[in-house]
Amino acid sequence: MFLIAIYAASGFFVLLVLLLFASLVKGSWPALAAFGAKFLWTSEWNPVTEQFGALPLIFGTVVSSTIAIVLAGLVGILAAAYLAEFAPRWLARPLSFVIELLAAVPSVVFGLWGLFVLAPFVRVALAPSLQHAFGFLPIFSGPISTGTNMLTAGLILALMILPTVTAISREVIVAIAQDLREASMSLGATKWETVSRVVIPAARVGIFGAIVLALGRAIGETIATTMVIGNKPVIAASLFAPSYTLASVIANEFTEANGDVYIGALLELGLLLFLVSFIVNGLARLLLFTVLKGDRA
Amino acid sequence: MMAVAENAPRPRSYGLAIRHAISFFGTALTAVCASIGAICLLIILGYVAVQGIGAVNWTFLTSLPAPVGEPGGGIGNGIIGTGITVGLATLLAAPIGLACGLYLALFGRGWFPEAVRFLSDVLSGIPSIAIGLFAYVVLVAPFHHFSAVSAAFAFALLMLPIILRTSEEAVRSVPRTMREAALALGLSEFVTTMRIVVPAARPAIITGLLLSIARVTGETAPLLFTAFGSPLWENNPLNPMAQLPLQVYNYAISPYKSWHQQAWGGALVLILAVLVLNVLARAVLSSRWRR
Amino acid sequence: MNHPDAPLKVEDLSAFYGDMRAVADVSMSFAPRNVTALMGPSGCGKTTLLRCLNRIHEIAPGARTEGTVLLDGEDVYDSEMSVIELRRRVGMVFQRPNPFPTMSIFGNVVSGLSRSVPKNDKAAAAEKALRSAALWDEVKDKLGRPATALSGGQQQRLCIARALAVEPEVLLMDEPTSSLDPISTLSIEELMTKLAEHYTIVVVTHNMQQAARVSRYAAFMLADETRAGRLVEMDETSKMFTKPSDRRTEDYITGRFG
Repeated sequence: MFLIAIYAASGFFVLLVLLLFASLVKGSWPALAAFGAKFLWTSEWNPVTEQFGALPLIFGTVVSSTIAIVLAGLVGILAAAYLAEFAPRWLARPLSFVIELLAAVPSVVFGLWGLFVLAPFVRVALAPSLQHAFGFLPIFSGPISTGTNMLTAGLILALMILPTVTAISREVIVAIAQDLREASMSLGATKWETVSRVVIPAARVGIFGAIVLALGRAIGETIATTMVIGNKPVIAASLFAPSYTLASVIANEFTEANGDVYIGALLELGLLLFLVSFIVNGLARLLLFTVLKGDRA
Repeated sequence: MMAVAENAPRPRSYGLAIRHAISFFGTALTAVCASIGAICLLIILGYVAVQGIGAVNWTFLTSLPAPVGEPGGGIGNGIIGTGITVGLATLLAAPIGLACGLYLALFGRGWFPEAVRFLSDVLSGIPSIAIGLFAYVVLVAPFHHFSAVSAAFAFALLMLPIILRTSEEAVRSVPRTMREAALALGLSEFVTTMRIVVPAARPAIITGLLLSIARVTGETAPLLFTAFGSPLWENNPLNPMAQLPLQVYNYAISPYKSWHQQAWGGALVLILAVLVLNVLARAVLSSRWRR
Repeated sequence: MNHPDAPLKVEDLSAFYGDMRAVADVSMSFAPRNVTALMGPSGCGKTTLLRCLNRIHEIAPGARTEGTVLLDGEDVYDSEMSVIELRRRVGMVFQRPNPFPTMSIFGNVVSGLSRSVPKNDKAAAAEKALRSAALWDEVKDKLGRPATALSGGQQQRLCIARALAVEPEVLLMDEPTSSLDPISTLSIEELMTKLAEHYTIVVVTHNMQQAARVSRYAAFMLADETRAGRLVEMDETSKMFTKPSDRRTEDYITGRFG
């Protein structure tokens, strides 16, 4: 009896996830039928004429996530190296805990802070000085008319995924066999040389897994991005221009959408997010599974 | 055989100072990176506290939102609404998640358990907004009616993978011999599991449960088209219901200065709730280790 | 047992992990250009003692030492001594082959050399080290391949080559054959005998036959009642195995112990 109950629960769970996929496909059918694959590479997003192309949204999602992953990847891996290798023990635990708490901050709070603190800072200080120094690059050129833009979104996302990169990379680095460190140090390498040339390279697969997992978070993040990215479906080279992401469009437009095609197009964006996160998380799981032997964060 | 060494004697201390300097700066750089996350957390907490503390008082916590321009107003209905929704979600997710976790821990081999684990990982990675769309399609659209139940359903889906994996690991960490000993005494599977295995794994299971509650308490995106929000005191879960994160969001993107103030106040309440849940979760776990 | 010309000497050495004393008051010296074996049952502190000689012991949390280790008359625990310089002069080979997994065979061998060494010199040093480790003929055509593609015995010889490439004076070996098959073990043992012409070798082994085969001198250690490892006796290996002067050594060698 009891066994039947837990079998049933597991079966129910599997059905639920399959149903999730099926209902997104079914709901987005009107849009799939109307636009086909063209949905992915046309850039007109116009509810009035019922023309829907997701390219600007894909662009905004990819660029903001890329900014986030570059910044959070760099900082997170080094932070993980500090926590796993260099920090004194009395500091490593509380510091790890504080960084993990950053992951617990609700995304609407990140958005609020981003909107009222980070965005004005980007507009009056960060963007002008970047433009001053690197204005010859297209990504730092163009007018700085607003603080809610691609750069601000990238920065907020970086902050939000930093704990993921740090915590998982730390675990991966800790799992590297001690005798590798000893071998390197017995050759006369300093601790830093050991960590940077032997330990981190040896952990690279798992660290890559951590980055991929964090990328999945950045792609799907909704509320904070919506609050700071400016919400304009345009493709601009400048990071100081507003943009729009897949998730933000759904958040902003879904409750006001009418007509099967419009709702279908928004559901298709959800389906796209589902598929991308499916692939990204599958990859991350594959990369991390062998390294951490199944016990992941 | 030693010829090379004699022709090119190894420079003994040449470069050693440089190597030490590089190592020092490299290590310092990692320390700086590690403190960035912590400093940002403190800055955000500090901002929310300073901006929000002025808004938070008894009236704010217990009254309905006021229309623009009118003084006062609060987040009382949002707090109640979030409580009801998260409570419902927990009631939905905990039994299923625990049952699945038990299943995986006890019969964890073969293609079906692997499939369950895989789908759980997939589900944990799906953006919450997509989960919200799913809840809309199955529980809102057919009834032409936003409801707290549909939000609770979306939350439950977000909680399930966390509960499932933590309870699996918790039960797995209970020594197999303990279970076998109980079965050898002639106890049934159910009694063995509920009276012997689950109690031994209880702290870790509760930690997982608290973490999953913390995860959804601050969640906003799926609420937009499930619970929808409401200006009223509402306690029927079949109706649209006010939600604290939703109120913070709507106040924040409004053009009114007084509403921004309310947003900071709501954010302070929200962040305190989430942090308390997180600290509590870890406290439960470490109390087990101390024993 | 005292060698006046010993490059490496230990005086009243104790080693600790936190409050636990793992090695107590050991004094010994290691004969130049010879193999000295450290023997004893597991937990007798022989590996810890070995790890004190190049100060690898101290990287474990809470680990510390008391007493003196002299390398060419210099105290290695002196604050003037660069631990990096020390580890280049005292190489180490570990229980299990541990090539750096992300580097090629060549990259592994030269990984201990300074980055400023010109490429040609690196290639010469790598060839010399690989020849010394009797691995050159097997790998000369695939130096760019990943080190992990080698067999276990080859990996261990690669690790020996890696240690030799920085041209140490002393080579520490911590049960270097314990994870290898008999044929690989034989090749490592032959190599040790050959290397002893140029290097002072200290090898930890729990295998008495191995100690008898490869070492000229041997030390026998045993944990006392507080689980601290102490030196029981040290002598020429042949004498240790024929007429040990301590009863406990005899018990261990004849298998009456543990």
